[in-house]
Amino acid sequence: MTKSIAIVGSGVMGLTAAHQLALRGARVTLYDRNRDVGRGCSWWAGGMLALWCEMESAEASIGELGLESLAYWREHFPGVINKGSLVVAPPRDTPDLKRFAARTSHFEVIDGKRVAELEPDLAGRFETGLFFKEEAHLDPRKALGFLFERLQKNFGVRFVMDSNVRPEAIDADHVLDCRGFEARDVLPDLRGVKGEMLIIRTSEISLIRPIRLLHPRIPVYIVPRDDHHFMIGATMIESSDQSRISARSMVELLNAVYALHPSFGEAEIVETGTDVRPAFPDNLPRIRRMGKILRLNGLYRHGYLGAPALSRRAAEIVMEGKTFPEVER
Amino acid sequence: MSDQVSFYGETFTSRLLLGTAQYPSPAILSDAIKDSGSEIVTVSLRRESTGGKNGRAFWDLIKALNVRVLPNTAGCHSVKEAVTTAEMARDVFDTEWIKLEVIGHADTLQPDVFGLVEAARELVSQGFKVFPYTTDDLVVGEKLLSVGCEVLMPWGAPIGSGKGLNNLFALKTMRAHFPNVPLVVDAGIGLPSHAAQSLELGYDAVLLNTAVAKAGDPVKMAKAFALSIEAGRLSFHAGAMEARDMALPSTPVLGLAFSETF
Repeated sequence: MTKSIAIVGSGVMGLTAAHQLALRGARVTLYDRNRDVGRGCSWWAGGMLALWCEMESAEASIGELGLESLAYWREHFPGVINKGSLVVAPPRDTPDLKRFAARTSHFEVIDGKRVAELEPDLAGRFETGLFFKEEAHLDPRKALGFLFERLQKNFGVRFVMDSNVRPEAIDADHVLDCRGFEARDVLPDLRGVKGEMLIIRTSEISLIRPIRLLHPRIPVYIVPRDDHHFMIGATMIESSDQSRISARSMVELLNAVYALHPSFGEAEIVETGTDVRPAFPDNLPRIRRMGKILRLNGLYRHGYLGAPALSRRAAEIVMEGKTFPEVER
Repeated sequence: MSDQVSFYGETFTSRLLLGTAQYPSPAILSDAIKDSGSEIVTVSLRRESTGGKNGRAFWDLIKALNVRVLPNTAGCHSVKEAVTTAEMARDVFDTEWIKLEVIGHADTLQPDVFGLVEAARELVSQGFKVFPYTTDDLVVGEKLLSVGCEVLMPWGAPIGSGKGLNNLFALKTMRAHFPNVPLVVDAGIGLPSHAAQSLELGYDAVLLNTAVAKAGDPVKMAKAFALSIEAGRLSFHAGAMEARDMALPSTPVLGLAFSETF
């Protein structure tokens, strides 16, 4: 008999979970409190599939989840851009570049000439950098939209939007709670880490791949998007405040892109965004079983890097009775 | 034997004050604090708890460690900002302790000592117990004491630079000039040897953050600092030998059967 699965939350966690379950033959219904899919944290993400860079501060298990997720996106989403990522630092912050290199792997140390070959518009601006050529990136909003369509058309997943239903109230064989920080009331050790981002637009400069600019206080990344747009992110503040971007954060993010290239000074500010990343105390994601409900949460800053791999595990728990002690904590 | 350090009438065994920013995760922060043995941790109000209750999850994690919290006014550039932040911190953290930073220069994070004295005066009058982050200038130290500070926290080097004790002469002078004031080296410590050196000079404690938070293994580095501070303090009590310019054999020469000195 076909298993009926309900998923609450249509961010990258909920959508990839729906996909992994549908691939295994489940009948899936997805609920979300918003009118459109993916309007939480996932909407504001950078979309960098930068698992080796993330090793600068993340635990090794993020690298394992990231490797699997990178393969998932490459297999299932045609919008993955496989151009690697580039890490640079202003001359006076080169100690940070050394530290970054000491903590990470899968990069080559490149000189200014190679920086200019990779990113012609950055010619002459950096004498050295780290090139992570196996990394990739995607546009999160395109990925969410693509999954939404796929799930509806190819897999018959039913979407119930504008729904305030609680996971506990749903009648299904299994319920996956993918609500992110909204699930705080049932996950007391979950906390929020505020992130703020900007989208700017300028045709004076173009970039091919995400650039991380190291800085002791405010490391930022700039991700090129279609039509001369750039996403700049993201602050990391121990707070669950969901109000708008603060003036200070905006100044810091803009200062950083201006340091990357003064041409960004003429860019128009298209959009600002703020949301709260759900995180457990060790900043690692978990699957918590509570009866027939599975709570998939704590992706922190690793939504696109963690969700597909966590989803696969959840799907195998539900469909095949497997267990995954490394994430079931 | 009790060799305790005292701040505003409260005594502590650990001479390491640890900052709580920039750790890879709260879990690692928590382990680092435990292994450091630190009993006082600094918490930044501005960034960690905008509006008070939104940062509560993080603040609850710190509270669970049963350590004394020293809120700070990190990132404040004016007297007014620092005073307002201190007032908010008193409400949020329920303490009159405040580490007072008034930054004069956004780039070097050098303290604005004029604003610092003014803010300290105002806060002391409101009943705060002020831990001022200052330079190694003696006269500024005197002014801070005269407005009611009972602790001085001179820098070793600029915040986050990890350069160690930049001006040994000034730090020694400060120790000699204020023999009975608790002195804490705050900022610039990069290595456990820098911390040991501070205690060797007779400083009462050190305050640091980046050196642990940004270490490859913060928990191990926290332990290394605890050990170095213990070593430095023991050395201070033990009384160091005097350095000299000439070699001096450590094995007695007299009584040897053959010796070129005769």
